[in-house]
Amino acid sequence: MYKYIVKRVLLMIPTLIGAAVLVFFILRLIPGDVCELRLAGSGLYADPAEIELCRTNLGLNDPIPVQFADFVWGFFILDLGDSMWTGKPITFEIGLRFQLSLQVAFMATFVAVLISIPLGTISAIKQDTWIDYVVRIFSIAGIAIPSFWLGIMIILGLLILTQKFLGEPWMPPIEYVSPLEDPLGNMAQLIWPSVATGYRYSAVATRMTRSALLEVLREDYIRTARAKGLLEKVIINRHALKNSLLPVVTVIGIEFAFLMGGLVVTEQVFNLNGLGKLFVESVLNNDYTMTQALVMIVVAVFVFTNFVVDLFYAWLDPRIRYG
Amino acid sequence: MKRLYSKIAISAVVGAVLAVGGFGAAQAQKVKRGGILNFVVGSKIPSYDGHVESTFGMIHPIRPFYSLLIRINPDNPSSPTDFVCDLCKGKVPTGTDGGKTYTFKIRTGVQFHDGTPLTAQDIVATYKKIIFPPKGIASSRKAFFKMVDSVSAPDKFTVVFKLKFPSGAFIPAVATPFNFVYSKKDLDTHGYTWHKKNINGTGAFRFVQHQPGSFVEGKAYERYHHIGKPYLDGYKAISAPKMALRLQAIRGDRASIEFRGFPPKARDDLVKALGDKITVQESDWNCVLLFTPNQDRKPFDDVRVRKALNLAVDRWGGSKYLSQIAIVKTVGGVVFPGHPLAATKAELVKLTGFGTDLEKARVEARRLLKEAGVKEGFTFDFSNRGVDQPYKVVGTWLVGQWKKIGLVAKQRVQPSGPFYNTLRKTGDFDVSIDFNCQSVINPIADVTKFLGSSGSNYGHYDDPVLEKIYDRLLRAETESDQRKIMREYENRAINEMAHLGITLWWYKINPHRSYVKGWKIAPSHYLNQSLDQIWLDK
Repeated sequence: MYKYIVKRVLLMIPTLIGAAVLVFFILRLIPGDVCELRLAGSGLYADPAEIELCRTNLGLNDPIPVQFADFVWGFFILDLGDSMWTGKPITFEIGLRFQLSLQVAFMATFVAVLISIPLGTISAIKQDTWIDYVVRIFSIAGIAIPSFWLGIMIILGLLILTQKFLGEPWMPPIEYVSPLEDPLGNMAQLIWPSVATGYRYSAVATRMTRSALLEVLREDYIRTARAKGLLEKVIINRHALKNSLLPVVTVIGIEFAFLMGGLVVTEQVFNLNGLGKLFVESVLNNDYTMTQALVMIVVAVFVFTNFVVDLFYAWLDPRIRYG
Repeated sequence: MKRLYSKIAISAVVGAVLAVGGFGAAQAQKVKRGGILNFVVGSKIPSYDGHVESTFGMIHPIRPFYSLLIRINPDNPSSPTDFVCDLCKGKVPTGTDGGKTYTFKIRTGVQFHDGTPLTAQDIVATYKKIIFPPKGIASSRKAFFKMVDSVSAPDKFTVVFKLKFPSGAFIPAVATPFNFVYSKKDLDTHGYTWHKKNINGTGAFRFVQHQPGSFVEGKAYERYHHIGKPYLDGYKAISAPKMALRLQAIRGDRASIEFRGFPPKARDDLVKALGDKITVQESDWNCVLLFTPNQDRKPFDDVRVRKALNLAVDRWGGSKYLSQIAIVKTVGGVVFPGHPLAATKAELVKLTGFGTDLEKARVEARRLLKEAGVKEGFTFDFSNRGVDQPYKVVGTWLVGQWKKIGLVAKQRVQPSGPFYNTLRKTGDFDVSIDFNCQSVINPIADVTKFLGSSGSNYGHYDDPVLEKIYDRLLRAETESDQRKIMREYENRAINEMAHLGITLWWYKINPHRSYVKGWKIAPSHYLNQSLDQIWLDK
């Protein structure tokens, strides 16, 4: 196990370097640059000399190998540099958004687990009954409905219903407050995107729980347990469910990592100042330094999450041994 | 449906009344003090430095922290020629010495937010940074001040601008809302880039905090030089890039107003949902949507083809129908409609493509194309920006217009970054959507867009005749001379050479919560953003 952990940690290094090379060069293939957008994007007069000066000041006129070396060296010494758009340190910009994204990811995961494990289990136990059909329709709808669309519907629904029943339309707050400052205000803003995202997320996990549990329930050792006269509750909870959770944990892990930077559209819909929104804005603004840093962070989160999931496998199923 | 239209009509009338003669009404209604104004902003702040940036994403949240030497009259912002003193006192000076000297008397007792007293030296340092920046220091609008020879302060409260030649473009250039007045002490102590990340002005509000990507917060400055103002306790400018969300934010009262503008459908939706709780203000907008033929490419190097492109476009009909779905409306020439230098309708209809007999124009267009050897069904690349309002809407309409004369435009829509790269750098297009958006209406500066030598002209042409006309325009002293030369300029750019095609001028629609009082719509989303005259009737 120890050797396996060391090997996995070492494997992370080439993965991260490969990602760095890809993101650096792919970004530079996109036409346009941040100075054009910043100084000429509004349609106001933009002096070409000023645009050139902006490029020089941002290092965009440096040779590509020099820019690449700067980026890699910065990443190596954990100095992500400044955003080309705002001029502020990238660690500061990301730090501001990280708390929100992390909270939404946790809340959405909580919603998803809360829905998916019980529903998936019931659906498997009651296979081919009306309960199973209802759960399947519910989960398939969750996969089919994009979470951003659900988000829009939630906002519109809140506006229409509150206007109808309370006389004044109400919508969730559009600016972030820390849960430490104003827990209610924080919940009022984040509960809705968490539900919208958690529902889609739960749909995948529900399907996975159901199929994994069905497979386990057909195993010999479950038949043996039943033959021994164990209570059905004990068989499901202690023997079947725990073993069927392996693929579910994988899905939850990958989805969690995705949520940390992938809530691109949902964050726009609810105006959440998270990493996803920052990602979109930095790509649209051709903010190379910020986009590079964000991609590398997402890659690092994925790599780390996969690593943790693999370790979790071993804990869930002691038969799994590595190395 | 009728009810909706009547609601919209009522709101628009209320808005128009406010916009035109609203100050009297606002005064009649007793101003209420206090409250926080929440507004939404659809663009991000690059830096705080007004002398460098060009986006309303910076102006809307940051402008209230600063003052200008002069500004457009906040009580009459729809007038393109009404300027008033902000940090100067008395009336905005007129030129002496044959229009070559402008002397501004500066207010006494004004303090920066850090307590430093304002003197003429601060104004001089500010304008030297804008007009004569040191090497390596960016100044986006130094070209506006080509006519300025020197800025000096003969005494503590007097500033003198000496011009190289008299120019009608000078005063509007000074009133540009990006010309934030900085403290000389800050510039001397911290350097010329300090204001990118720091704020110290003399504006109506003090900086409280900025959470990047989320909001900017300001609170009333108790020593503001316009005594009795601001009326608000503070404001919060909330960043909200998605238009749908900005709209819902006003509907759900998370924000009271958005200063840039919404399309007609959004206005209608808000009025339908909230009735008289919404007031709508509307105005012509100092932005014009253009199309630029690339004269490096055949057959667009042929003036007959460019004229045909212009003749095909039904501007009067487009105004009627497009204004129902897009933020464009007014038919105009090279100058902002309504400005004394703009073409009258009688002058306008004489321009190529602006006539009222559309059929005749299109027959002429086909004839010109045939004469130029362009065959029926000729296909060309039409580059457009991937933004709905108004680019994609108008772009799609143009494709239909050109089809009427047998031309097939293949519209290539790209996100802003690649679009600008195509337009400004590679020039890889046959015809491109283009636009000219300005802040203060300064026709003499604004029309430089049509010059081949302009940094923002992408048609790849040189036109020495047009340059000479412009040179005369720049130096014309009287309005009547300027007007006469402007017609020559317009005739050359549009009628004779058809360098660019003018489609429609933008139309600004600002629906806001009716309790927001004192703010009047201006012909640009960059203007009238000091927020010192706004109060909340709650």
